[in-house]
Amino acid sequence: MDLSTLLQYLVTGLTLGSTYGLTALGFTIIFNTTGVINFAQGEFVMLGGMMSVFFLHSLGVSEPVAILLAVTATTITGALVERLAIRPVRHCPAINLVIITIGISILIRGIAMILWGKDTYALPSFSGNAPVFFLGAAIMPQALWVLGISLVLLGGLKFFFSATIQGKAMLACSFNAKAASLVGIGVQRMVLFSFMISAFVGAVGGVILAPITLTSFDVGIMLGLKGFAACILGGLGNPFGAAAGGIILGVLEALGAGFISSAYKDALAFVILLILLFIKPSGLFGRDDAKRV
Amino acid sequence: MKHTGLIGIILGFVLTASVCMAAPIKIGAIFSVTGPASFLGEPEKNTVLLLQEQINANGGIHGQPVEVIVYDDESDVNKCVMAAKKLLDQDQVSVVIGPSISGNTLAIARFFSSAKVPLISCAAAEKIVSPVLPWIFNTPQLDRHVVIKILQDAQAKGYSRLAVLTVSDGYGQAGRAVLKERIPADGFVLVADEVYGPKDTDMTAQLTSIKAQNPDAIICWGTNPGPAVVARNRMQLGLTTPLYMSHGVASDKFIELAGEAAEGLVLPAGRLVAVDQVPADHPQKPVLDSYVQGYTGKFNTAISSFGGYAHDAFMLVAEAIRLGNSAQPADIRDNLEKITAFPGTTGVYSYTPDNHNGLDESAFIMVTISQGAWSVTN
Amino acid sequence: MAYRRDMYWLAAFFTVLMLAPLAMPNNYYLTVLIMCCLHAMNAVGLCLLVGHAGQISLGHAGFYGLAAYTSAFLSTTIGLPVGLSMLAGIGAGTVTSVLVGLPSLKLHGHYLAMATLGFGVILSILFTETIDITGGPSGFVGIPGLSVFGYELTNDASIYRVVALGLCLIVWLAFNVLHSRIGRALRALHTSEKAAQAMGVDVARYKLFVFVLSAFFSSVAGVLYAHYLTFIAPASFGFMFSVEIIVMVVLGGMISVPGSIIGAFFLTVLPEFLRAFENSEIILFGAILVLCMIFLPDGLAGGWNRLWQRLRAASAQASLRKQI
Repeated sequence: MDLSTLLQYLVTGLTLGSTYGLTALGFTIIFNTTGVINFAQGEFVMLGGMMSVFFLHSLGVSEPVAILLAVTATTITGALVERLAIRPVRHCPAINLVIITIGISILIRGIAMILWGKDTYALPSFSGNAPVFFLGAAIMPQALWVLGISLVLLGGLKFFFSATIQGKAMLACSFNAKAASLVGIGVQRMVLFSFMISAFVGAVGGVILAPITLTSFDVGIMLGLKGFAACILGGLGNPFGAAAGGIILGVLEALGAGFISSAYKDALAFVILLILLFIKPSGLFGRDDAKRV
Repeated sequence: MKHTGLIGIILGFVLTASVCMAAPIKIGAIFSVTGPASFLGEPEKNTVLLLQEQINANGGIHGQPVEVIVYDDESDVNKCVMAAKKLLDQDQVSVVIGPSISGNTLAIARFFSSAKVPLISCAAAEKIVSPVLPWIFNTPQLDRHVVIKILQDAQAKGYSRLAVLTVSDGYGQAGRAVLKERIPADGFVLVADEVYGPKDTDMTAQLTSIKAQNPDAIICWGTNPGPAVVARNRMQLGLTTPLYMSHGVASDKFIELAGEAAEGLVLPAGRLVAVDQVPADHPQKPVLDSYVQGYTGKFNTAISSFGGYAHDAFMLVAEAIRLGNSAQPADIRDNLEKITAFPGTTGVYSYTPDNHNGLDESAFIMVTISQGAWSVTN
Repeated sequence: MAYRRDMYWLAAFFTVLMLAPLAMPNNYYLTVLIMCCLHAMNAVGLCLLVGHAGQISLGHAGFYGLAAYTSAFLSTTIGLPVGLSMLAGIGAGTVTSVLVGLPSLKLHGHYLAMATLGFGVILSILFTETIDITGGPSGFVGIPGLSVFGYELTNDASIYRVVALGLCLIVWLAFNVLHSRIGRALRALHTSEKAAQAMGVDVARYKLFVFVLSAFFSSVAGVLYAHYLTFIAPASFGFMFSVEIIVMVVLGGMISVPGSIIGAFFLTVLPEFLRAFENSEIILFGAILVLCMIFLPDGLAGGWNRLWQRLRAASAQASLRKQI
C-alpha cells in the first residue's frame, strides 16, 4: 500500500463527498425553516445541471451565461414549488408535506424527461481536463472548483443562519412557527425564502458537479438519497454537519471501494452510518433535543 | 368547401372498410421505454412503430396489415408481468417482441410457454435461450460472442494479465459471469475483478485498485453513462493501460459523453455503428442502409444498435409469417425455426430447433474510436 | 361499536374480493388484483406503524424482499417443500425485524427514517451482490409455484383466492390489534409519548411489537409474491418500493386500515390506467399524488367520509325542506 494510492482514494472521497454535502446543504435550509425533509432537493440539483446543458446547446449562449440562467430558473422553480404545492397545505402534518415533496420530485423528473429526453449529457469542465498531480495522486481541476464553491456556500450559509436577522428569523420558524409569527416574523415569507435558497444551492451544486458526474433527468434520486444520509450523519439542521456528513460518506465509500470491495462499498457506508446513529442518535454534530416526530 | 367534408367522410368509410377486409395481424411488444433501461426501450419502440408504418404502407404481410401494440414495462418486473398478461389474455396477440431486459424476459417466459405464443426477446442473457425453450427466441448477440471477440483481440496483441470492471446490474452481471469463465479458460490471468453501481458517478477508486495490480488491459462492461465515466477517470488518473469496452456503449452517445477520453478505446460492435464502412457486397448492407435511412429520417435522433434488436425481431416475425403464410402463433413459432441465413441489422440469423439465438461471433466487428469516430479494425 | 363496524366492513370487503373474479373478463385483471392485494398487505402493516404508532419506516421493502428471497432460496436451491420454505421466509423477515427494530426504534423522526432506509439499502445491496445465492441483479429464476398443503395452485384464479384470503386475515389481525389493549396504548403513545410513558405504558415494547407485526405482514406478502411470480429481482425490493408503501398509506388517510387498502389498490391500478399516456404517465402520476395530498389532506378515505357526510347533510336538508 503506497501513499499515492491512499491519497488517490482520499481525493476521490473528497470529490464524491462534496457532491453529497452540497445536496445535504439544501436539505438543511428547508429543514431549518419547516422541519420537513424536502425529497425534491435532488431534483433541484438535477435541474441546475440539465438546464445548463440545455441553455448551452439550444440557446447557443456561452457557458457562464447558461449557468446563470439555469441557476436563476431553478431558484424560480423553488419559489413556484413553495407557492403552488407547499403553501396550500401548510397546516397539514409534516408527513403530508414530505409526501408532497415526493410527488413534486416525481413530477419534476417527469417534466425533465419529456423536455430533454432520457439521455445523459456532459457539461464542459470550467478549466480544462488536465489533472494536477499531488504526491502522485491525480486531482481534477473541476474537483478543486467543487471543493472551493462548496466551502464558499457553506461559509455563506453559516454566516446567514448565525449572524443575519433573516437567517435567525428562519431558524426561529423551525423551532416554533407560532411563536415566530407572534414576534413579527413572516413565517410564510421565510418558508418561501428557504425554498428559493435551497433551490439555488442545489442548482449551483448541479452545475459544478455536471462536468464530473455527467447529468441526466434521473440523477436526482441517488443524490437525494445520499444527501439525506449525509444530513442525518452530520445531524439535521446544522449546515456544517451536513457538509461534514457528506464528506465522511464520500470518503467511506471511496476507501470501502478501494480497500474492501467495490461491490459492497455503499452497504459498508450505510452500516457505519447505522452504527454511528445507534451510538449517537441525533447525528455526529446534532443537538440532542432536536426531536421532531 | 361543403363538399370536402362529405368526401372526407365517404373516403373515411371506404378506408376503414378496406382495412376491415383483412383482419390485422396483432403483434405485441413490451419495451422498457421509461426507467433505468429506457436507453434500450426507447429506440426499440420507435423501431417497431416505424416498421409497422413501413410494412402497412407496402400492403402489409401477404395483404394483411399489422397492428403493433406496445406496452412500457418501466424497466420494472411487476409492470412487465402485467403487460405480458394483458397482451396474452386481453389483446390476444399472435406473437410478442421484447422485453428489453433479461430479467423481465426470464420473468414472463413461463406465461408464453403455457399460452403457446412465441416471444422474441430483445435481451441478451444466455439463460433466455439456453436451455432452449420451444416458445422463446432472442435477437441480440450473446455475451459469449462479445467476450470471445475481445479475448481474440487481446490474444493477438499479446496481453496476458486482464482486469475486469463491470456494472452491478443485469447487463454487467451476465458479462462478468462469462468473462470470469472465459478469461482463465483461454489462458489469461484475471488480476482484478471490480464492480461499480449503475448510478455511480466516480470510478476512480476502482481504477486505482486495478492500477495497483498492473494489468496488461482492462475490460469494462456496462452501458451509458458508467463506461464514459470510467474512460474519463482513466484519463484523469493518467492510466495508459489499454481499455476494452463492451458492445453496450456502441453508440455515438458514448463518444459524446467520454469526449477525448474515448480516443483509442477498442470494442466489439454490431455493424450498425459503422454502416458506411460495411462493404457493399456484405449481406447485411441493404438492411442496414434502409434501417438507418428510415430511422434517422423519422426520428431526429442517432441510431442505436438496441433499436436494431427490435428491428430484427420484427423482420424475423414477418419472415416467419411469409414463410408459412399464417399468422397463427404456433405456425409463427414453427416457421421461425426454419429461417436460415436471414440478414438483419445485428447479424445473419439462422434459427434451428436447438438454436434460438441464431447468431455467432461473426455478428461483431472490432472497432477503435479514433478522432471521435468509429473505425473498423478488422 | 367501532369493532363491530370494522368487522362488518371486513365481511363486506371479503365478499367483494371473493366475487370480484366473476366480473373479470380475463386473467390480466386477476394479475392486477393479486398485485393490489400484495401491496395492500404491506400497506396495512405500515398503516399500523405510521398511522397508529407514529413511527416511520423506509425499509419495509427489505423485509418483503428478505422473506421472498429466503423462501425462494430454500424451495429452489435447497429443495425444501414450498409450504415449509414460505414459513421459513416469513420467519426470516419477522426475526430480522426484531433485530433491526431493537436499536432503531430508539431513534426518532427523520433519524428513524434514515436508519430504516439504511437497513433497506443494505439488504437491497445484499440481494444484488450475493449472486451465488440470489441470482444477482438479473433475478432469481425458476421458483416453484404457490402450493397449499401440497396442492400446487396452477391457475391465477385459485392463487388470487389464496392471496385475497391472506389479505383478509391480515386485516382481521390488524383490526383485532387496534381494538385491544395494545391499540389503546398505541393511541396514547401517538398523542404523547412522554405522557404515555408517565402513565405506565411500556412504550418501547409496544413500538417494537407494531414494528415486528408490520414486518410480519410484509413478509407474508413477500413469500406469496415470490411463489406467485416464480421470479424475483432486487429492483422490486428497493428504496422506491418502501416509499411507495408509505405513499399508499398516507394517500389512504394514514390512520384508516380500509383507507390504506384503498390507497394500495389505487396506486397499483393507476399506472395500468395511465398506460395509454405513455411518457406522460410519470407526470400524471406525480401530479395526481400532489393534488391528492393538497385537496385530500386526510387521504382518500377521509375525502370519502367528508363527501358522505356532505351528501347526508344535503339529503337531510332536502328532507327537512320537504317537511316544511
